[in-house]
Amino acid sequence: MGFEINGKTYETDEEGYLVNLAEWDEEAAKFLAIEEKVEMTDQHWEVINFLREYYNDYQIAPAVRVLTKAIGKKLGPEKGNSKYLYELFPYGPAKQACKIAGLPKPTGCI
Amino acid sequence: MSESTGGIEMEEDMSGTVKKFAFINRKAPYGTIYALESLEVVLISAAFDQDVSLVFADDGVYQLKKGQATKAVGMKNFSPTYRALEGYDIEKLYVEKESMEARGLTADDLIVDVEVLDAAEMAALLEEQDVVLSF
Repeated sequence: MGFEINGKTYETDEEGYLVNLAEWDEEAAKFLAIEEKVEMTDQHWEVINFLREYYNDYQIAPAVRVLTKAIGKKLGPEKGNSKYLYELFPYGPAKQACKIAGLPKPTGCI
Repeated sequence: MSESTGGIEMEEDMSGTVKKFAFINRKAPYGTIYALESLEVVLISAAFDQDVSLVFADDGVYQLKKGQATKAVGMKNFSPTYRALEGYDIEKLYVEKESMEARGLTADDLIVDVEVLDAAEMAALLEEQDVVLSF
């Protein structure tokens, strides 16, 4: 499975997550966002970039509770709450945002 | 939680009793899957808000060693993930003093803050636990 943008192919697993994190780029993110029916704004990108940084630091995709807390710490309490994150990613911030960010499905995502 | 990806439904407040869980890690980080599997179980267990302790003994202390270079063995270096445990509210990490000394390690060689316990103190700690899982 996978998709192709401008001649570059991206491999995905059966749930649509990128197989190879290193293949991720903004074009892939935009494509995955459309698949998830998410219209990307600066607020969305902020979360996506945060997730990529988190993964880079810790080598895992955070559980949603951990993501919420970590965002609150870094970007302020008005963003570190589930209401804000669910408004951006209605079908689950961990699941949808991780997919768009090219991360694997969060560990501890039940 | 409106959606679950597996077959298990989790309610926010299904908690009742909090049990004391200890995960004992005795094996070197690479070569077998035990260390990584243990870490994944620990991260998942965090969702259940239990009282979790991590114990590192024997070659298991190498799991926390700084500067792991795994390219040659063809495995992902997952040691940075131990630093994420704090964010999962898992903050009780213990290493066994005798295991550290036998391998010439001190707490400064480790990527996370730990408490060093000798064998007798470790035995007492494990005695207090409700559940002990060994990896």
